[in-house]
Amino acid sequence: MKYYGTTVGKSEQRVDVVGKATGKVKYVGDYHVPGLLHAKLVTSTEAHAWIKSIDTTKAWEVPGVRAIVLGDAFPYHIGPILADRPPLAFKKVRYYGEPIAIIVADSEHQGKLAASLVEVEYEPLPVVNSVKQAFGPDAPIIHEDLGNYTKIISNVYPVPGTNIGSHIKIRKGDFATAWAACEETISATYSFNLSDHAAMETRSTSVEINPDGKVVVHSCTQSPYTIKKVLNQFFNIEVGDVVVHVPVVGGAFGGKGTVQLEPLAYLASKAVGGKMVKLQYEREEDMITAPCHIGVDMTIKLGATKEGEILAGQYTFLIDAGAYTDQAAGITRAMALDCTGPYHIPHVWCDSYCMYTNHPFATSFRGYGHPELTFGIERTMDKFAKQLKIDPVVLRLKNAIKPGHTSPTQSILTAHNIGDAAKCIERAKELIEWDQNKETLVDENIVRSKGISLFWKTSTTATNAQAGVVLTFEADGTLNLNCAAIELGQGTKTVLAQIVAEKLQMNINDIHVNMEVNTQYDPHQWRTVASSTTFLAGRAALLAAEDAIRQLKKTAAIALQCSEEDLEVGGSRVYIKSNPQHAIPFKDVSYGYKFPNGHAVGGQVVGVGTYIQKHLTPMDKETGFGDVGPWWSVGAQAIEVEWNKRDCTYKMLRAVTVLDGGTILNPRAAEQQMRGGMFLGLSWASTESFVFDESAITQNPNFRNYQMIRFGEQPTEYLVDFVETPAADGPYGARGIGEYGVIGAAAALGNSLSRAADVELDHLPLIPELIWQTKKESGR
Amino acid sequence: MIVSNATDKTVKKLLINGQSHDVVIRSADLLLDTLRSQLGLTGAKPGCGNGDCGACAVVVDGKPMHSCLSLTIEAVGKSITTIEGLQDSPIQKAFIENWAIQCGYCTPGFIMNCYALSETYPDADDETIEEWMQSNLCRCTGYQEIKEAVKTILQIKKDQRPAQ
Repeated sequence: MKYYGTTVGKSEQRVDVVGKATGKVKYVGDYHVPGLLHAKLVTSTEAHAWIKSIDTTKAWEVPGVRAIVLGDAFPYHIGPILADRPPLAFKKVRYYGEPIAIIVADSEHQGKLAASLVEVEYEPLPVVNSVKQAFGPDAPIIHEDLGNYTKIISNVYPVPGTNIGSHIKIRKGDFATAWAACEETISATYSFNLSDHAAMETRSTSVEINPDGKVVVHSCTQSPYTIKKVLNQFFNIEVGDVVVHVPVVGGAFGGKGTVQLEPLAYLASKAVGGKMVKLQYEREEDMITAPCHIGVDMTIKLGATKEGEILAGQYTFLIDAGAYTDQAAGITRAMALDCTGPYHIPHVWCDSYCMYTNHPFATSFRGYGHPELTFGIERTMDKFAKQLKIDPVVLRLKNAIKPGHTSPTQSILTAHNIGDAAKCIERAKELIEWDQNKETLVDENIVRSKGISLFWKTSTTATNAQAGVVLTFEADGTLNLNCAAIELGQGTKTVLAQIVAEKLQMNINDIHVNMEVNTQYDPHQWRTVASSTTFLAGRAALLAAEDAIRQLKKTAAIALQCSEEDLEVGGSRVYIKSNPQHAIPFKDVSYGYKFPNGHAVGGQVVGVGTYIQKHLTPMDKETGFGDVGPWWSVGAQAIEVEWNKRDCTYKMLRAVTVLDGGTILNPRAAEQQMRGGMFLGLSWASTESFVFDESAITQNPNFRNYQMIRFGEQPTEYLVDFVETPAADGPYGARGIGEYGVIGAAAALGNSLSRAADVELDHLPLIPELIWQTKKESGR
Repeated sequence: MIVSNATDKTVKKLLINGQSHDVVIRSADLLLDTLRSQLGLTGAKPGCGNGDCGACAVVVDGKPMHSCLSLTIEAVGKSITTIEGLQDSPIQKAFIENWAIQCGYCTPGFIMNCYALSETYPDADDETIEEWMQSNLCRCTGYQEIKEAVKTILQIKKDQRPAQ
């Protein structure tokens, strides 16, 4: 017998889509409250300087100004991994755009006017304008006090007296001996500057401090519970006194995972007696005052047999964290622990450095270091294939990781925790028609060319990362789904509803999904990052549904006068397995069962489930040894471009992603994620970068000058397919997929353009000028 | 630095979504801010404050406008349509059915621009579509589904016209 709600694997429409199409859904900046005060920031006009004096006299003369907060109001350091950043600069500024003062005013325009009238006198210092310079022996030191900063997590290793914010090592096998025995070797260096997330919604928050001591935060964050933690850790507020509200978020891409804005708004509210203060970044601030996307300089060395069996790899990453380590310290670790890419390399030596520079500071970006890492790995694989005279796909297949191999941190890979890399690349090959004309001359000036990449990523969560789901039943037998996963465009709450509907065998339309998060009544969720929600919250949703089923059966057993074991649920009814006609609808048990004489039993059905990561460990300081993630998703990407020899411009034609996402719970939503991911990766790779002048001043912190792919410039066609090797641990066999569409895009584009232009393109963004310059320098 | 010192406020009438509304404005107030904070019409979004992203697009006298670059005072006497004035329209349906929405922040701007396009150039070719839609940025979708939604609407318009 077929019941309603067999919904997993079906393209259920997103639960929030009507509200979004009609403009009715509210983002945090859409709430207006009478009496709300506005905060505006004074930001640094220097990238590295001592602050000699701050004169606020003229600013105070602006009508409507209620408070001006300076760095000495909170002269301490905060940070998610290493506490190295004062929320408001004091004594020193370390990047252009760093907050120096907060103006609190009745209206935004008064605040802005006052901010422009604060006079800051600087004593400029020499700037550190690249990671190479930062790593060099004579670099100016950006953090004099590096040795005294508090470590917030264990895996961070700053080197006092240098600009190294953290140094992560991987030592697997015997690299030196293996390297000496390699018949063929290659060494290559890649680099690119910092860039931005550029979510369409700029970061925004409001904070008030109630007379009873409760701090109420509204924010567009990916990490509401981290806001609670930060206000507790650094501002000594009891965790239970902080309530964070998060409505739907207007795009995040990792940029809203860290906590920057809320401490500033807290200090602003405190300065005006706890009144509600709103702080919403303008686009320029969102790009450089708020944390951005890392830059990298990396050197990759591979050694192999003549036949192309890779034996040894050495990886040196200099990660441009900007002025503060923030999540770049975690990315330094993430790039190290997956440094080989999805290849079986027995002898590995990796040094991953989180470097301070005087650039805007960086945080997580969709893929957490993997799109950046993959650009280097996959460009090197293509070059090595050329050197070894092997087809690039064949070289990849020869070395692709498989169950039985180990990761760089020596985690044992099994059929259950790693997908099928070989299947992914084979399918990508078919979709891009790899074997037919990797390179074609369309006419005398136009070359068509293809590039391919293979990638992987594990989900590096905290070892105790967790999520919870609460299902509260309505009197009509429908139910509310409450979970602290943030909806930021990825469709996560739709997928959770599918999981619950599947388990309860009910119609998904009978599940009312609470889109907003309130930390006071939602169960704890670590964060909505690291492609972890479908896994963690999905498992919690399954448990919550099972809990609800137990309660439904218990009450129904009394009503139907049978034992619970005889019962099953489906179609919003509890029925007797052997005689499904004999049933009671959910609505008659969801608030308890009432007998005809008025007596009642049961009570409201409230299903609860929580799930926590298991068996994860930190990494060993000297070797990196450790179990760092629950599973790896692997995938392949490819792109075909049409490159013009005359002006070095190009068009993107077909872009392909094949991902082993385990069971795909919602195919249309998953395809959407892959297309959007490819777009983000290709936009970053083809056009996006901050430009710094010699004083480390960002030249393009706005959408006029910071180029992104616009409508019509995207690939003519996106082709998406999935390999579905079930993950034993995942809900219905699913793995995380949210970040994966981004990861191999830059590498595939770099490989296709390098082939088309017949030069090695090792820097991003791949603008026509770079291709032209590279050709000129190589004399081609 | 030149800063507007116009702090006096006046009451003006705005014609929005077919209804007249009194608003209290300064000469420097932006249409986007007036719509959002005085009238609760928060469908139009601030994205860049510079006319670069189109999230704030509304339709003024039939033309799509960046409401972040329009003074409220300039809109007096004109007919303004916001996303809130387009309920159950075929365009909204097309965006839903083509899966052209993810985070939703750029959606009202895209829909308003698309609405104006379909009213102005129901026969728009690919080049015209591209020219119009380039004023709007989306960071989630990669544009393919949005393109399909726009094309769906133009096709519907075409099908609705009496055969000649």
